[in-house]
Amino acid sequence: MELFNLGIRSIFIDNMIFAYFLGMCSFLAVSKKVSTAIGLGAAVVFVLGITVPVDWLVQEYILREGALAWIGPQFADMNLEFLQFIMFIAIIAAMVQLVEMIIEKFSPALYGSLGIFLPLIAVNCAILGASLFMVQRDYTLAEATVYGFSSGLGWMFAIVALAAVREKLKYSNVPDGLKGLGITMIITGLMGIAFKSFIGIAI
Amino acid sequence: MSTETLEQPVVKIQSESLFSKRRKKFVMDPLDDDNPVTIQVLGICSALAVTVKMEPTLIMSIAVVFVIVFSNLIISLIRNMVPGRIRIIVQLGIIATLVTVVSEVLKAYNYPMYKVLGAFVGLIITNCIVMGRLEAFAMGNKPWDSVLDGLGSGFGYAWVILTVAFFRELFGSGTVFDFPLFEKIGLANFPTNGLMVDSIGAFMILAIIIWVQRARNGYVEH
Repeated sequence: MELFNLGIRSIFIDNMIFAYFLGMCSFLAVSKKVSTAIGLGAAVVFVLGITVPVDWLVQEYILREGALAWIGPQFADMNLEFLQFIMFIAIIAAMVQLVEMIIEKFSPALYGSLGIFLPLIAVNCAILGASLFMVQRDYTLAEATVYGFSSGLGWMFAIVALAAVREKLKYSNVPDGLKGLGITMIITGLMGIAFKSFIGIAI
Repeated sequence: MSTETLEQPVVKIQSESLFSKRRKKFVMDPLDDDNPVTIQVLGICSALAVTVKMEPTLIMSIAVVFVIVFSNLIISLIRNMVPGRIRIIVQLGIIATLVTVVSEVLKAYNYPMYKVLGAFVGLIITNCIVMGRLEAFAMGNKPWDSVLDGLGSGFGYAWVILTVAFFRELFGSGTVFDFPLFEKIGLANFPTNGLMVDSIGAFMILAIIIWVQRARNGYVEH
């Protein structure tokens, strides 16, 4: 039940985009068509769902202060936390590479439409952000898995919704200076207000 | 006997001055016409997350300028030794190292601020501006040019997030750098706007900055 609650909270209330602004770059750049947005969203869900638990294992058994005690007592007071950023980013890059190969094999069409943005998932702040938040909040392995997966879902939810709005936006008359990025920011803000209404939901 | 020295035809290897016109462009362009945040749409994530108050924003800008300049410099120095296929991971490694340095320094000298910024210092690694400049500029240009380019992009980023932070702090908390501005000018009852402290205020203010800047430059996105 706790886990379910955490999942709901990470999708709707602590949404990666609306609450923490993570993954904004690809959120703004790839949200022009719903179909591409769904593809990228699915890739992000997948990468987040795998990376966060893997990062948890690395943090728990390699990086944390005293984590190396399982090798031998002489390692018990080692603290490798300063390697955290490098380790996490390397794991993320490897995972993204894996996803890229899988997508290329099973869905060349999606691979073509995602193009440059697939490798860019590696520098998607949402992935590294979720891993760092996971460490900050002392999640357990189960919580970390749920958190990673549901933050991905929340991100996907947001980008698909924005893409749907932007598809309709093509037919509206936007002031010149606001075209593109400007109006997208305002829409994101309005969607953020809508998402605020979920605050307080608990099951 | 003449002491006149023959005017040696100086064979000068076209060495540009350190701040030639061409180089000035590297710094000036990203400030306005080619701003990384408002025109190129990069680095928005952290631009918005830390801008609730001026002080963390200032620290964040300094950290980002430091990371961009030095990663640009390092990549530019080793650009001919890096095989094309593994360049991304080399770049990420260098950025991650520099960010680790920033984070450790912050932890040592300003622990409260380290707590406030939290995960967002680490997120400089995934700031697209840094990667973008390395990939687009430092991989193909000389070290000094790259440093200037880094400075330009860094400051272009800094002024945007500082402006966002100024308005968010002013209207959200009624202060500037924790200085109670509204109270001092006799508007103690000025209502603060909770929306500004929230993420939504950041989206709106950034949108307005973009609008104003693009209206001025006549830049239209299609």
